[in-house]
Amino acid sequence: MSDIRADIDTATVPAEPGFGDYVVLLKPRVMSLVVFTALAGLLVAPVSLHPVEALAAVIFIALGAGASGALNMWWDADIDRVMRRTARRPIPAGRVEPGEALGLGLALSGIAVVMLGLATNLLAAGLLAFTIFFYAVVYSMWLKRSTPQNIVIGGAAGAFPPMIGWAAVTGSVGIEAWLMFALIFMWTPPHFWALALFMKEDYSNARVPMLTVTHGRRVTRAHVLAYTVALVPVAIAAGFTSIGGPVYLAAAVVMNALFLRGAWAIWRRSEAQAEADGYRTEKQVFKLSLYYLFVHFSALMVEAALRATNAYALIGFGG
Amino acid sequence: MTIRATHEIHKRRFSRNLGVGVTLVAFIVLVFGLTIAKVQSGGTIQAYDHTYRPALLPQDD
Repeated sequence: MSDIRADIDTATVPAEPGFGDYVVLLKPRVMSLVVFTALAGLLVAPVSLHPVEALAAVIFIALGAGASGALNMWWDADIDRVMRRTARRPIPAGRVEPGEALGLGLALSGIAVVMLGLATNLLAAGLLAFTIFFYAVVYSMWLKRSTPQNIVIGGAAGAFPPMIGWAAVTGSVGIEAWLMFALIFMWTPPHFWALALFMKEDYSNARVPMLTVTHGRRVTRAHVLAYTVALVPVAIAAGFTSIGGPVYLAAAVVMNALFLRGAWAIWRRSEAQAEADGYRTEKQVFKLSLYYLFVHFSALMVEAALRATNAYALIGFGG
Repeated sequence: MTIRATHEIHKRRFSRNLGVGVTLVAFIVLVFGLTIAKVQSGGTIQAYDHTYRPALLPQDD
């Protein structure tokens, strides 16, 4: 009997994932947003960390977010297989075994939480652990498949990073951290539902109760406007706390006026109008929503830089 | 029959090994850097050196 066989069915050969497949499991695009907002939370805090500690904090917060992404992909592999957008992810594509994704998610969760605790403090580590639990268990395992408000509550997981960054530096959670949390939390629904209006995913086949499917597109348009109206005072309020200032307030007023105008336009449009111009307004508002968050957190970091360099005192502003 | 030295599967395995290696080295560098930063910001490190040193005890004002 020969040791070499030519008739081995290649489909039965175990998956041989490349390093990139594991990186994809961590949802790098989500991680980049987490890095940005966590960094903002760190930099706008009234005290500062040693640069190496700050770097470590951002890395481990991002790693925790990546770990929850891997756990989400493990749990949602059956849905991902059905939907066109997600069918090429490593698990449904057969490049990574589900058990591997679970192991990677759990291991990285543990490493990220323990290391963040050692690098900074227990409050930051506890918040990171809660965020991972919230995204993997509360959102992915429970809410995503049971309520059309899944995006709203699940958005909390994405809203925690600036609060964790703040807690890593200060060891506490103040009103400023809550407002940064609320800014992302209230921004997520209009951002995602604007996308859902023009990206017609096959959610019904995947049995995911998206608002556009369960309550219709008219109701979704109303929800986009309602959440945008609720978002405005949160964004403006942050400007009157210790992290705000004239630069932030100017940016917030402009961005919120634009976002509100876009949400109003979405609400006023009928489905026929939207289809006629290829969902132009919805696409514009979605793009604007990306800039919205970037501009707000950038403005907060600019304010922190101005305070650190004593620029306001030099021009005689604010005493 | 000739056996090809490299195959797609070998490339993927190599990328995985290289990625894990680089990640581990980066982790070691980060932990080392953290250790230095913690020690530097921890103030003067003193001990009793096997002898009683009243100067290290908290002072009552």
